[in-house]
Amino acid sequence: MSTTSVVEAWTEAPLVHYVGQASARLVVVMTPSGQVLAQHGFARAVDLMAAAALGAAIMASSAALAQQLGERSFGALFHAGVHHGIHLAPCPTPRGALIVLTVFGRETSIGLVELFYEEFAAALKQAAPVDQVREPVLAKDFEADLNRSLTSLFRR
Amino acid sequence: MSDGLQRALDRVSRVRGVRGSMWVAAEDGIMVAQLLMEGVRGKAVAALAASLARKVSGAAAATGAGRVRFVQMEAAGGTLLVAPAAQDLLIVALADSRVNVGLARLEMIRAAEAALV
Repeated sequence: MSTTSVVEAWTEAPLVHYVGQASARLVVVMTPSGQVLAQHGFARAVDLMAAAALGAAIMASSAALAQQLGERSFGALFHAGVHHGIHLAPCPTPRGALIVLTVFGRETSIGLVELFYEEFAAALKQAAPVDQVREPVLAKDFEADLNRSLTSLFRR
Repeated sequence: MSDGLQRALDRVSRVRGVRGSMWVAAEDGIMVAQLLMEGVRGKAVAALAASLARKVSGAAAATGAGRVRFVQMEAAGGTLLVAPAAQDLLIVALADSRVNVGLARLEMIRAAEAALV
């Protein structure tokens, strides 16, 4: 059975709604450094860590490419496969910039995912606490933060 | 946008009561070309029309009814019309209650058959 779990409670209601509306198979809500705030559909910590790290890296590469071209940033990124597609998009919130990775199958479409992603991003923006801007992640804290997130997400 | 696609949208949109028409990629639910009145949420209509067409096609296949040629969904505030076309496209029209569905259907099926030849 697919599960949704969150590190920060304010992300839960918007995420559950988004997953239901878009029929997403997997979703990761993360910071640009790959820290996971919420997830849906992952059964193993190692898969979630890999997806978050790769998603954050893709967005970082895309942002660097945008800079080279004189763009402020690029918007959402979409890859279509035979059985799965991915939608990777930035989501600015008062709590700081976030990235959302959505994996979907043939039971839905990129059009639906994009449509409901817009609502999801707006809901996250509205739900985010305005008085707590996220501290930058320091290399020395990264592993401890990661372990704390994984413990919280997988209840281990 | 190809002239054929645009001409088809012109014809469909000229039918009385039609508030907009669009070509939609059936699998992706994304607009390929559109001619919409102001205030119509094209992106949402495209995504939901493609989803509806997929589900109706699934139901038709499951019941042995064969290929879907036209979908008409009437709601309190208007009507959504969808016709599958070649190259994995759908022609979609959004209309109000005054629409002559028969005429709109005819134009849409003509468009679906002719625009991509």
